[in-house]
Amino acid sequence: MDLNDYSQKLLIKLYFDMLRIRKVQLHIESLYHLDEMKTPIHLSIGQEAIAVGVCASLYQNDYISSSHRSHGHYLAKGGDLKALIAELYCRETGCSRGHGGSMHLVDTSVGHIGSSSIVGGGIPIGTGLGFSIQMKGEDRVSVVFFGDGAADEGVLYESINFAILKKLPVIFIYENNQFSVCSHVSARQAGEIIFHKTPADLMTSYKVNGNAVLEVYEVAQHAVQRARKKQGPSFIECKTYRVRGHAGAGSDEKLGYRPLEEIRAWESKCPINNYLQELRDNGILNEEILKEMEAVIDREINEAFRFAQESPLPEASDVTKYLFCD
Amino acid sequence: MNEPDYHLESDQNVRRIAYHEAIREALDQALEVDPHVFIMGQGVDDPGAMFGTTLNLHKKYGNQRVFDTPLSENALTGIAIGAAIGGMRPVYFHNRPDFLLLTMDQLVNHASKWHYMFGGAVNVPLVVWACIGRGWGAAAQHSQALQGLFMHVPGLKLLMPSTCYDAKGLMLSAIADNNPVLIMEHRNNFRHIGFVPEAPYRVPIGKGIIRRSGKDITIIAVSYMVTEAFSAAEALAEDGIDAEVVDLRTLRPLDEEIILSSVAKTGRVIVADTGWKTAGITAEIAALISEKGFRFLKAPIIRIACPDVPTPAGYTLEEAFYPGKSDIEEAALKLLEQK
Repeated sequence: MDLNDYSQKLLIKLYFDMLRIRKVQLHIESLYHLDEMKTPIHLSIGQEAIAVGVCASLYQNDYISSSHRSHGHYLAKGGDLKALIAELYCRETGCSRGHGGSMHLVDTSVGHIGSSSIVGGGIPIGTGLGFSIQMKGEDRVSVVFFGDGAADEGVLYESINFAILKKLPVIFIYENNQFSVCSHVSARQAGEIIFHKTPADLMTSYKVNGNAVLEVYEVAQHAVQRARKKQGPSFIECKTYRVRGHAGAGSDEKLGYRPLEEIRAWESKCPINNYLQELRDNGILNEEILKEMEAVIDREINEAFRFAQESPLPEASDVTKYLFCD
Repeated sequence: MNEPDYHLESDQNVRRIAYHEAIREALDQALEVDPHVFIMGQGVDDPGAMFGTTLNLHKKYGNQRVFDTPLSENALTGIAIGAAIGGMRPVYFHNRPDFLLLTMDQLVNHASKWHYMFGGAVNVPLVVWACIGRGWGAAAQHSQALQGLFMHVPGLKLLMPSTCYDAKGLMLSAIADNNPVLIMEHRNNFRHIGFVPEAPYRVPIGKGIIRRSGKDITIIAVSYMVTEAFSAAEALAEDGIDAEVVDLRTLRPLDEEIILSSVAKTGRVIVADTGWKTAGITAEIAALISEKGFRFLKAPIIRIACPDVPTPAGYTLEEAFYPGKSDIEEAALKLLEQK
């Protein structure tokens, strides 16, 4: 990747957005043991480049659908940080009013229509949003984020078939972090996912290094353009690695289901550190800007946590609220 | 055949049309007034046209708005949910509820949860329609009456019309509703011809109706069992027994008021459903009455439902499997013996 092909503003934005997501997750992780965030967390530490690289090619009104591991997608798409943290604290001010928790984030003002914790469950819904775009003749696209666990599900095949059939403006982001809880993708799938064999005119497929934000951004741009030109869906496999455990805070190294060297090797492929090195080598980021960035992010995070902690909890009577709408 | 004359008080100049025509007219009128309404499902544009309910609508509104789908029931339900979130109003047809079992993830885990789970941030105005089969040896996988399963799910409205008038009016209400609505039809209702006004109208969701007023006994019924209950009530009248027939029309949200006020009047209750007995509609209604109307009861409630076995194919077995008018009559006589 030649950094000269991109504007300095974009290059810095990509770094800032990844760093922000990382710092938010680390902060959640550092406070999780206090048991004040009483909701299961699924961190995407080490996978930030995918959410950021893809969402950098989207407009505010483009849709995304996402999964249980959704903090990164939500923030990259522009979801409100305070509402996210308040949701983790199950507060009335949370994005889902304390009714959803960590796995059910939403911010419709930025096209995030809600994340499902049923693995693969968001795939057809994101596809259906693409269908609504087509039926209404709108100028927007729909991005579906899902992992390798969801790639085991039949609903992926069904959804992609429909997206191809109707030539929908949908981009399928296969975030392959190689693990579903503790089972490796090789225990669940015989080889490469079949959608790379789809004829390119029906659906263009890509394989990228999911830890390289510019690579992700580059193919996402192609896929989004194809969707905007009404040429049909795309499929992007972003290979990455889940460095943390399936759920909760911290490493799960002690479980021993994967080699330590493998975890270390992938930690050294950190999408943020490696990209930072590139930016430094090219004189795009200096220490002063970095410090400023860190300070801005820390301030925002502290404010968001304070907001959440000080927010009211839902009332007992709210338990029946929102069952149906008028 | 003409459906029972429930509407003797209504304007006799209203035309009679067939059950499928009533539903088709509702769909036609909804498509006409709202460009966001669309109809999908395997076979909605074929000559069978979902028992005639969607006949030729694709010719009138185009294949963009009335279209055949891949079978993929689960994904297509999710796609309909996504389209609904995106501002459309999908109506998704299945010719049998048995196929709804393939959609359970999207219908139960997603459609029914989306508004609640996101604190009211997102609506899913979705209609799903399926028609219970019966007879012709349809057997265990083409005749299941699964309303009990779906009534269990909070966040999903569940409608079971029994008349041509309601089939149209409830369809129009379902399409106008901003929540997911499941309409469970019954194949036997399609034999009916009934009074249906031509202009669009809505039958309120969540409201039952008294089909026959009576003072001795209450028969609470749903869907096709309303017809059987009404015939039983007419026969009982010849024996001097005055039965009230309550047609629930909506199972969720349930019209508790109409149930309890009828029970308060008669004190004797039969609950009749087209589905299984255990943990089904009759169980729920009986439990409701024992919780909130126990003081009115003069005798134990009798439930009329299918036995807890899969539907058999052979016609002699089918006859043994499906309860009907005579079972309701017998139950009524039994209840009235218990003075």
